[in-house]
Amino acid sequence: MMDVALESTASEAVVAAPPAAPSALRERARSVTRAVARTVLPPLLGLAVFLAAWSLVAASIETSIGAVPGPRAVWDAAGALVEEHARERTKAVEFEARQAERKEAFLREQPGEPWIERQYAGKPTYLDQIVTSLKTVFAGFVLASLVAVPLGILCGSIPLVQSALGPFIQIFRPVSPLAWLPIVMILVSALYTPEEAWFEKSFVSSAITVALCSLWPALINTSLGVASVDRDHLNVARVLRLGWWTKVTKIIVPSALPLIFTGLRLSLGVGWMVLIAAEMLSQNPGLGKFVWDMFQNGSSQTLSMILVAVFTIGFIGCLLDRAMVALERLVTYGGAGAR
Amino acid sequence: MAFLEAQSVCKSYGALSVLQDVDLAIDRGELVAIVGASGSGKTTLLSLLAGLALPDRGRVLLDGHHVREPGPDRAVVFQNYSLLPWLTVWDNVSLAVDNVFRDWPKARKREQTERHLELVHLLPARDKRPGELSGGMRQRVSLARALAMDPQVLLLDEPLGALDALTRATMQTEIERIWQQDRKTVVLITNDVDESILLADRILPLTGGPGASLGPAVAVDLARPRDRRAVNHDPRFKRIRREVFDRLRAGQEWTRRKSA
Repeated sequence: MMDVALESTASEAVVAAPPAAPSALRERARSVTRAVARTVLPPLLGLAVFLAAWSLVAASIETSIGAVPGPRAVWDAAGALVEEHARERTKAVEFEARQAERKEAFLREQPGEPWIERQYAGKPTYLDQIVTSLKTVFAGFVLASLVAVPLGILCGSIPLVQSALGPFIQIFRPVSPLAWLPIVMILVSALYTPEEAWFEKSFVSSAITVALCSLWPALINTSLGVASVDRDHLNVARVLRLGWWTKVTKIIVPSALPLIFTGLRLSLGVGWMVLIAAEMLSQNPGLGKFVWDMFQNGSSQTLSMILVAVFTIGFIGCLLDRAMVALERLVTYGGAGAR
Repeated sequence: MAFLEAQSVCKSYGALSVLQDVDLAIDRGELVAIVGASGSGKTTLLSLLAGLALPDRGRVLLDGHHVREPGPDRAVVFQNYSLLPWLTVWDNVSLAVDNVFRDWPKARKREQTERHLELVHLLPARDKRPGELSGGMRQRVSLARALAMDPQVLLLDEPLGALDALTRATMQTEIERIWQQDRKTVVLITNDVDESILLADRILPLTGGPGASLGPAVAVDLARPRDRRAVNHDPRFKRIRREVFDRLRAGQEWTRRKSA
């Protein structure tokens, strides 16, 4: 956010600079410098203090599996993970090439015979695991939104539904993902037995657990937003005798949209947090499983690998939140607070 | 028989009696102002006429039919405009037109929307959102929306209350002009006695809530269109003004004695 603002002032300055007199130019350069100092320096300073403190603490703690890694070690571990990914990709490409060669040769020698295609069986790399995690959280989040938003609209607009669902919301909302997960896994094992599995069972269990836990903020905020729609706007709907659907789409949803989005944002945040725990236990091949596997193998790399995961999780969580904010700006009307 | 009638209507919120035995009879094509101090139950009375609230006792009749719910035949211009901020000016009006005249062909609905935006001189602002408009412009959109429903009765709830004096004066002229064009039955709620004299055929003082009731009407026999400056020096204007104030004050004293 701050960076964006900074960029725009900087670029304006550059565009407008040429015809200006030297003193004005100096003045403008100074104001740009000031803006840079205000927006860039404090975070950099914070980062420096953080890294220094981390290095100090890390150097002074010895664990059963070696020293706590400092920033440098974690950085190297991240680099190693990316390199490993690149290596795996090359191997996969080479495998495909070899297979294509073999197929050609096979068909040349025995035309018309069936050729069995083989999948490359390399293990998922760290980046693959990130992608899996994102897919899972997305699936769970979409599932939660599809349930929470309509239900929230019902809750907010019909007091009867509100009082009927209220106790359930109160009771289920504080339940931890760790309690849901075993139930979900057992149910998924029992019920999810398709002929052709599009998704892994572990994926389905994780996504459902994410959905169960991230349902509540969206549900509560949606129903709050719907319940606090301006009375006058509802009176307009009554005078016009709007049908239920028109009332919902033209008045209730647009007016509750800011709170719906707040709810969805919180939901996505909760979902992302829950996901890691769900993946650890359900062995869904994402970031959670990565952390768990690293913990289990207990090598000298364990701590730095897990720290890489921690930073990745934080970074992605932050990006997801920003993405939701951007999306909200896109869909809600501009004149906030206007009647 | 009167066109819009309230027959000994009572309304209370909890233990607080807001309206006590209000009788009201308005003829077709009349512009009646209901004047009262703030908190005297004006808006409650308007809600009852609109059907947005139901009376505890008594009843409201429109053209002989019992009013039980709100409907587009009694268009309301709300005090705070009540435009939908996420819709453009055009969409705010056309939302009303599309819903009231569901079986009209598209072109006719569009024409209806356009004509009423033209009527309030806001066609150029059709793609703006309410947030980008001044108070006066918003109230004109609200008025256009109400008129576009082609209601039998137009209920104006302190429509100019939130506007500055200058805009207010312009809007008063505007309302008179529009009313003279199509002579709808209009009920104007206001706390401004001068405004009511400028606009109304008859003034009904709503006296002293809680437990307010309507005092005897004051007829305004000034020729239209009424020029605000000329009217100020008209002895009839001064007489009417005094009369309205006297009735409001008398009513207040009467309520005070009643509750004492």
